[in-house]
Amino acid sequence: MAQTKVIVGLGSCGIAAGANKVYNKIKALKEAEKLEFELRKTSCIGMCYREPLVEVIDETGSFIYGDVTEDKAIEILQQHVIGFNPIKEYVVKTDLFDTPDKAYFEGQVKIALRNCGYIDPESIDEYEARDGYKAIKKIASDKVPFEAVIQTVLDSGLRGRGGGGFATGMKWRFARNNQSDDKYIICNADEGDPGAFMDRSLLEGDPHAVLEGMIIGAYAIGANHGVIYCRAEYPLAIKRLNIALEQARQKGYLGKNICGIEGFNLDIYVKEGAGAFVCGEETALMQSIEGKRGMPTKRPPFPAESGLWKKPSNINNVETFANIPYIVYNGAGSFNKYGTEKSKGTKVFALTGKIKHGGLVEVPMGITLKDVIYKLGGGIQNDKEFKAVQMGGPSGGCIPKHLADLQIDYDQVNATGAIMGSGGMVVMDETTCMVDIARFFLDFTQKESCGKCTFCRIGTKRMLEILTRITEGKGVESDIATLEELAAQIKDSTLCGLGQTAPNPVLTTIKYFRHEYEAHIRDKKCPALSCKTLLTYEIKPDKCTGCMVCGIKCPVKAIEGEKKKAHFIHQEQCIRCGDCYSRCKFDAITVS
Amino acid sequence: MRIQRLQPEAQVKTKGDVIDTILLEPLLTKYQGKKGSLIPLLQGAQEIFGYIPREAFEKISKVSGIQLSDMYGVATFYSQFRLNPVGKHIIKVCHGTACHVQNADAISDAIKEALNVKDGETTEDRLFTLESVACLGCCSLAPVMMIGDEAYGKLTGASSVKIIKDIKIKESQSNVSA
Repeated sequence: MAQTKVIVGLGSCGIAAGANKVYNKIKALKEAEKLEFELRKTSCIGMCYREPLVEVIDETGSFIYGDVTEDKAIEILQQHVIGFNPIKEYVVKTDLFDTPDKAYFEGQVKIALRNCGYIDPESIDEYEARDGYKAIKKIASDKVPFEAVIQTVLDSGLRGRGGGGFATGMKWRFARNNQSDDKYIICNADEGDPGAFMDRSLLEGDPHAVLEGMIIGAYAIGANHGVIYCRAEYPLAIKRLNIALEQARQKGYLGKNICGIEGFNLDIYVKEGAGAFVCGEETALMQSIEGKRGMPTKRPPFPAESGLWKKPSNINNVETFANIPYIVYNGAGSFNKYGTEKSKGTKVFALTGKIKHGGLVEVPMGITLKDVIYKLGGGIQNDKEFKAVQMGGPSGGCIPKHLADLQIDYDQVNATGAIMGSGGMVVMDETTCMVDIARFFLDFTQKESCGKCTFCRIGTKRMLEILTRITEGKGVESDIATLEELAAQIKDSTLCGLGQTAPNPVLTTIKYFRHEYEAHIRDKKCPALSCKTLLTYEIKPDKCTGCMVCGIKCPVKAIEGEKKKAHFIHQEQCIRCGDCYSRCKFDAITVS
Repeated sequence: MRIQRLQPEAQVKTKGDVIDTILLEPLLTKYQGKKGSLIPLLQGAQEIFGYIPREAFEKISKVSGIQLSDMYGVATFYSQFRLNPVGKHIIKVCHGTACHVQNADAISDAIKEALNVKDGETTEDRLFTLESVACLGCCSLAPVMMIGDEAYGKLTGASSVKIIKDIKIKESQSNVSA
């Protein structure tokens, strides 16, 4: 009889939700009661809204339990692991019966995320057991020339997953065509977009896939040095990468004459970022690796000619590399059978914001926004009205509800004024103010501007001032036109992609939500009831029962009143956090 | 611009802190002669002292030969580096997009009010430092804050203040028992 396996998901979001406590509880019980089962760890399967997750694999199949607490873990052990009786109501995913969460996985095709949540990321054996390192072995045994590898990647139609969308095979060919004794292959893991975490999940869940992608890339372009530039905010990813690197060295996937390929030498190391969004831009990233301020440099020369330490260099994103071993091992057709004419394959999206099922999904290109949000994402939290989805982070834009039938691929998303970006999708509902969102992103870009180009450094500052003024009810009629003028100038006059795209969040919100700007400017009103300075919280004396809940919970003690008597909010003290509003059970608090 | 992240001089309270630069020796040996090592050196120094004190700058510059001006340029460019001492507990309130949409401002405002500090400042008892960070990557638990290595999700203004008050109570109890 095969031994039952209990697998706990220990990715960053799982741990934040309390997965470590669950793991330790199960471990303690197993030891105390001398229970016969195998306890293992894995990473994120993408179902963040149900974390912590515990999977039980018994003779009949796999059962993933969601929202597991320490108490639930005890129940699962007693009833399922010992009693062989799955607790159906806690199960979120299994092939044996339908669960309410079934739709989350339907329509997903996992290529980049093929191993995430299935293997222990700290075990190279488990990666190898799932076709890991077979692609590079195949190259070695069949003596596949580098040109054929580049052609396979070109044929697959894979485009850069970091945001640019440039054909990966093409990029590799440029780097190959530059002759040099030293060449660099660099993995961009400086995932800075607020609201995007697909790279983190990949590095935490399947670091070997990224390494194998880099090794194949190095073979194709002829690189002998590899660097992974990972943001320091991802300590778990860095830890697991370093474990994976050590394992790969021991098994001969890194080092000299890799897999027996004569003259193919490569080592890879991890370089920690130090917190600068602009370092996601490839020239700035290389400056940062060299130990300088991460400021973009002008192109040409392109990195493929003169990059890191002035040597030919090739930079790809984490997700791009994770796709490579699959493509090389299974052939270009296994990838390009998915997707649209110009955008092939699958794409990972981080679904967040006001969505019921937030998490990581991998879907074929060409799926509609509506399907992602309503079928996979389960719709909007608290069944509110869907308003827009923000794609592409600070370089992207807001796509409004009336474009929800849009097919997601590079070209169609670009046509809306947003960009595909790295795949962050922040869903917004009727309570999200679009002017405030534009202000939020400008505030971000402004802080993160490296300061090299005047228009980015000062232009974004002026735009931010105008947007702040509008959200405070001090906007003037000419503000929209001024914003548009500044946006055009910034687009034209900045060096790097981040500066050029910085105005996108403002331009798209003006394009689709001009009426919200006008309401702030002309009527001094925030239609979404979100801009705090334009709000007033008041207590209706006739409805207030004097239950005192709001007064006790008010973080700034701005609410006064005696028991069973109507309360009163001191407006000068109120920080407009809305806590009282959400707590009042008698609808006695109004917001206007 | 990034330079604004530096704290005003009034905040600097380094008096009385003894900076033992001997602690930097293993780090300096590790990166001796390696190119592009400035950032890891600064990161290492910050790990030792909690921030990068003046003495560490001078020592690293002397040993590695990197110009102080270059070091200061790099240290002020990246948001990770701190030039002033921080509190025992660093409260990182996430202001990523997902948290912003879920009203992260209310969390920061409530904590500022409760601790009587501004963003980036440390409380007088040096117990807490309040920071805003871009994205902690726990978007599905928004709004999120992190204190030490512990992440707290699905917060409200009131619940975040309570978490901090609990830490404060624990601290004062351990002081009494000590």
